[in-house]
Order: sequence, then structure tokens, then C-alpha cells
Amino acid sequence: MQRFALSEEQALIRDSVARFVHDDYAFNRRLEIIESPGGHDESHWRRFAGLGWLGLPFPERYGGQDGSPRDLAVVMEQFGRGLVVGPYFATVVLGGHAILFGGSEAQKAAILPRVADGTLKVTLAHDEPKSRYRLDAVATRAKPEGGGYLIEGTKVAAPYAALAGEIILSARTAGEAGDAAGITLFRVKADAPGLSATHYRTHDGGTASNLHLDGVRVSADDVIGPVGQGLPILEWTADHAIAALSAEAVGCMWSICDLTTSYFKTREQFGQTIGKFQALQHRLVDLYVKCQLAQSMAGAAVDALSRTDPAERAKGLSGAKVLIGRYGREIGEEGVQLHGGIGMTREYPVGHYFKRLTLINLSFGDTNYHLERYRQLLREAKP
Amino acid sequence: MSSATSPGSSDLQAFRQEVRRTIRAKLPEDIRRKVAREQMEIGRDEQLRWHRILYECGGWSCPNWPKEHGGPGWSYDQQYIFERELALADAPRIMGFNVSMLGPTIMHFGTEEQKRRFLPPILKGEVFWCQGFSEPNAGSDLASLKCRADRDGAHYVINGTKFWTTEGHMADWMFGVFRTDSSGKKQHGITFLMFPMTTPGITVRPILTFDGTHEVNQVFFDDVRVPIADRLGEEHKGWTVAKYLLSLERIGTAEVSRSLASLGRLKRLAHDPSLAGTPLIDDPLFGQQLAMCEIELMALDLAEQRILFGAGDPGEAGAEASLLKLVGTEVQGRLLELTMRAIGAPAVFDGEVGQELASGALPVEIGRVAKTYFNMRKALIYSGSNEIQKNIIAKAVLGLG
Repeated sequence: MQRFALSEEQALIRDSVARFVHDDYAFNRRLEIIESPGGHDESHWRRFAGLGWLGLPFPERYGGQDGSPRDLAVVMEQFGRGLVVGPYFATVVLGGHAILFGGSEAQKAAILPRVADGTLKVTLAHDEPKSRYRLDAVATRAKPEGGGYLIEGTKVAAPYAALAGEIILSARTAGEAGDAAGITLFRVKADAPGLSATHYRTHDGGTASNLHLDGVRVSADDVIGPVGQGLPILEWTADHAIAALSAEAVGCMWSICDLTTSYFKTREQFGQTIGKFQALQHRLVDLYVKCQLAQSMAGAAVDALSRTDPAERAKGLSGAKVLIGRYGREIGEEGVQLHGGIGMTREYPVGHYFKRLTLINLSFGDTNYHLERYRQLLREAKP
Repeated sequence: MSSATSPGSSDLQAFRQEVRRTIRAKLPEDIRRKVAREQMEIGRDEQLRWHRILYECGGWSCPNWPKEHGGPGWSYDQQYIFERELALADAPRIMGFNVSMLGPTIMHFGTEEQKRRFLPPILKGEVFWCQGFSEPNAGSDLASLKCRADRDGAHYVINGTKFWTTEGHMADWMFGVFRTDSSGKKQHGITFLMFPMTTPGITVRPILTFDGTHEVNQVFFDDVRVPIADRLGEEHKGWTVAKYLLSLERIGTAEVSRSLASLGRLKRLAHDPSLAGTPLIDDPLFGQQLAMCEIELMALDLAEQRILFGAGDPGEAGAEASLLKLVGTEVQGRLLELTMRAIGAPAVFDGEVGQELASGALPVEIGRVAKTYFNMRKALIYSGSNEIQKNIIAKAVLGLG
């Protein structure tokens, strides 16, 4: 049984992220950041490095803090509450974990310390135009050539690739899109010849890129993990991404609940604060209840990462994705609705939380995708 | 996180094994079968028979009682595990009114003499109790109750009526709250009394619920005389006693354990090809609804642990605990409705006749499921309707006036 209490260290992390959000991340400051070139504040990044957040999940020998998935979830939940944008998730969770799980000793030593000290940003490019949510739907090709590989294909929606010095991407060295075997991960320098990118803003204030690989040459040393066996590394990384995003989503949900509660206590209509109306009270209670249940599932996702039984692991993570995806949509829509007109404005935060929750649902499989995955798990586990 | 009392610890693992083994060895098969069929109205004799078996195990009939009063003196973690194991073994619930609620209330408010008189018969299962709280015009607004108890020498004289009295027709004694003064605030002037149901002047009229079950009653009082010695707590201060009593039912209000048992039956049903030729779990829509139930139940289970045990003492949990009843009863309702639809057309049968349709041994009784689904709508209404739970959360958690 979980006891849920944060350790002393985790409470310190939480307080330190909360203090950053409170002191340096006012909502207007956030709007300035997302409209600045790059959509990112490098001074914040240096601060994150100084506070140890960028190396949180990495072993100490790579300059990290040896933190647990729960430690990382503590940071992500606070980022969610503060609606912090930037390349943290792309760099530390996606790129960082892909290297951590798949990289050789030399690769880890070359990349992770630079991620931890803030001098290198990385990201993961796994989505393709036709892959939807499937990690095995890799059509990008890597052909052996001259002891290395030549990569051809297109990757879409690689988060914060515009800021990344290195991109970890999946390409097929054998088989066809949909095959589990034959996927290989590569590290590609952002300025590699043959790599061109279309950078764009995302609805949640972030940035992402479509990458066009037109004969990008990599060496055998740039292969991450065993050739043809990149899928387990991708899946493992995606599992950690789901746990981190679930925590972030729960932070967003609690902020919507808090904002709406405050609004209910101050907004007056018909001669009283609108929080006096029972019809509205009950809708806010529904929202609060969903926050609590989502919180449970964010915890279940973190716990699932340490499960040895693959079905139990998958159920915890898919279960979190299902419930948090569904409630995220409902809480986001309801948060806007319960604010009335002000909820529609760009100057008010609630719509921005809604957008972030919506995009989280679209990452690594939405509610329906994971609900069907969960059903398949039930189907295979005959009672 | 992993203190010595955490249920993951090896002591508690051993405890779980012990109670699991004991419950499964001692539970009479006829009772088990009734519970497994989702049959809600387990009779008085069956309840008391099981209660006495548990008593013989070392006071397990009263898992929340301290050793001093003959209970097992278990920690909250142990009580939680015990309740889960009872449900998973298809054993009846621990008796609520007397064991979970009245017993600890007597321990808190009772005189030494009252403790000596009332506690041992509850522990041993010698007296069957019912609760006289609700009235025709005092349901969610319980404090507006009107059933009068007037002082007459060494007695109170009760006149009026109680409504929705669960198991009143099989009870030996009633505890309840009665109006002794109507001059002040409605919470003032309420007095908590206990008396035998055989006292002259008591009439019990059945109220059938729409599923056809007789569980609840209306009880009429016509000059019913109760000695002052059978008052619990002070005169006019019965609201305090009642509030204490109602706050005791924390572990289990979410019905997670019972719902997990129902879910287990539904999953076996969904894998069984005997009803439709192909297992229902192969149907994506049905399978996804089943998956959704399991996921919500997982979330509820974790929320219950966090809310009740996060602060240490489940009794100290705040109004957040209202959400457990709210969500728990909704999930329970969805599970039963889904089970009924899993059976499909044969679920129309009322009674035992439907079972002959099934070629194999199904984990549920075809003729019972719809009845139980109808019956369990009560759970969203009793113990403070779900709307009242929302009011409580709105006021006490969110601070909305």
C-alpha cells in the first residue's frame, strides 16, 4: 500500500520548485517567455542546473542526483501547477531517459553530464506523419553505408528540437512500419548535413519541429543500444514520459480547481458570490473529485515503473493515461465554462491550463488508445 | 513510507495470509454462495451465525474494538486488510450498526454500567440492533427530527415515527435519536436512547423497495416507555452522540473491497463463452467499459488509502472522505449495471429460474443481478445522499458558504 507522504527530500524539491514558480514565474512573465524567440528563458535553465533539477534522474557518476521517478514526478507536478514551459520534459525526460536506458557507457558519459549542467539540450523524435501513437510505426530508414548509416525520412512534432544540440531518433534498419524488430535509435547532431527542420509553436506555448532527414550520415558510434532493438528503449522511455506527464497534468488540474474555487469566492452576480449557488458548487465538487482520482493515478503510474510483471506495469501506466486524459479534458472544459467569459480570455490562465492538458492527452497515446490497450491486457489475463 | 505498520511490510503480509486462510476455512458455504450471488439481504440468522464464528476466532466479530472490550485490538492497517479479505472471500460484511458504530459510541459516551451491559452481547452476537435516525421529514436534514421523547419520572415516553429503519423487522433492540426539547436550535434538544423492540407501543410496518426487497421499515411509537438509564450521553445532547457515531464509518464507505469482488465476478463472466458463444471481453465496447470500471476502482482504492491513512488515523480524516462514499457508490452502481448487461436478455428473470439457461457454472446468479442493481441505487441515497456529500465537500473542503 502506498503511504503517499513525500520524503523530506521530496518535500524540499517540491518547495523549491514551488518557490521558483511563485517568485519568478508570474503568469505575465510566462506570456513574455512564450512569445520570445525560442520560447524559452535561458537564465531559468541555468538556475534549474544549479538546483540539480536537470540531472535529477541521472546517476551521480554522470553528474546527476540519482533521483527516483517519484522525485521527478514531484518536479513535474509543480511545473504543471505553475504551467512552466520549456525544454525540461524534452531534454531530461525524453532525450535523457533514452540515453540513460539505451546508451553505451561512453554515450552516457558524453551526454548526460552536459544535460545535467545545462550546457546541452536533447530531445526525442519518434512520431512520424503516419505513426499516430504507435512507437513501432517507424517508416524512417537507416541504411548501412561505409561503416555507418544513411538516414532518410520524416519525423514530426519533436518537442523543442529547435533548442536541442542533439536529437535521439528512431529509424528502421530492418522490416516494415509496425514491426517490433528492426527499429534502431540514433543520436544525430542538430547541425548534421542533410537534416532540415520546420520549427513551429505548439498550442500550449511550447515549440516543436518537423525534421526532414535527407541522407543524414551517422557513424556506428551514434547507434543507441543494440541495432534493430530500439523499440524496448523507446517503450521504456515512453513509460517514464507517461508517468512524468501524468504528474504534470495533475498539477494543471489542481491549479484549475484552485483558480475556479477562488473565482467562486470573489465573483459576484445577483447580489452574492457565485460560489453560493448550489448548482455551481456541485460542479466544482465534481472537478475536485476528479483531481483527487487523477492524483491517485499519477501515483499509480510512478509505482508501475517499478513493477516487474509487464502486464501490471502496462495497466498502471495505461490506467493513468486513460483516467488523466479523460478527466483532463473534462476539468479543462469545465474550468473554462465555470469562469464564464473571463475564462475565454488570453489574459486569464485557465484556458492555458486547458490547452496544456489537451496536448498532454495527445502525447504518448490518448484516452481511447490506452483504454483499448487496457482492454487487451484484460483479455490476455484470463481470470 | 515503509514504517513497520505499512501493509506492505512482512508482518502485515503474514497477517493477511492468516486472515485469508481463516476466513476461507471458516466461512459456511451456504452463506458464501449467497454473498457471491450479489444477494444483498443476508438474513438475521446468517449474519449472527457468521458473527459468532468470527467472535470465536478471537473477537474478530468486532475488528475495530480494542482488546479491553474483547476485540482483537487491530491497527487501522489490519482492519483495512481484514475488510478487504472478507469481501474477496465472499463473506458477509461486518455488522454495521452495532459493531462499527454503536459499540465504539458506547465506549466513548457510555457509563461503566452501560459498557458492561451492552458491549458483551454485541461482541458475542447475542443482540441484533437497528438504528432509528431518519424520519419522514428528517432525511438529509436529520437534525429537524420530530419523534418526541417526553420525560415522565424515571422514563422517557416516545411518540411519533421513524422511517427507513433498516432491518427494524429483525432487530432485538433499537438505538436512535429523539426530540426532548424543541425550544432552541434544532441540533439542541435531541436525546440518544436505546430500547428493546419488544417494548409495548412499538409497531413495525414494512416498506418494500421497488426491487421487491424488504429491508427497510417504518416504526411507530405509541407511548413507548424507555428508562432514563438507557440514555446514552446527556439529555438534549444526543446530536453530539449521533455525530460521533456517524463519523465512525470511515473504513469501507467507498465499498472498494466489495466492488473488487464484484469486478472479479464480472471479469470471469466476461471471459466465459457460455452466454454468447464468444467471450464478451472480445467486444471492444464492452471490454472498454469493463476496463474503465477497473481503472476507476484502482483510482478510488488509492484515494481511499491516501485520504484515510495519509494522516494516520482514519477517524481524523476530514471532509475529503465524503468523496469516497460519493465515488464508491457510483462505481458500484456502474459495475452492477454492466454485470446485468453482460448477462443480457436472461437478466430479465426475477429469481432462481434463470440459472438453468447457463450451460456452465457462472460466477453470478442470472436472476439476482438486475435485482441487486435496482436495490443498490439505495447506496447513493443512504448515509447522507451523494448530493449531501457534495454539499459537505463544497463547504468543508472548498470553503464555499
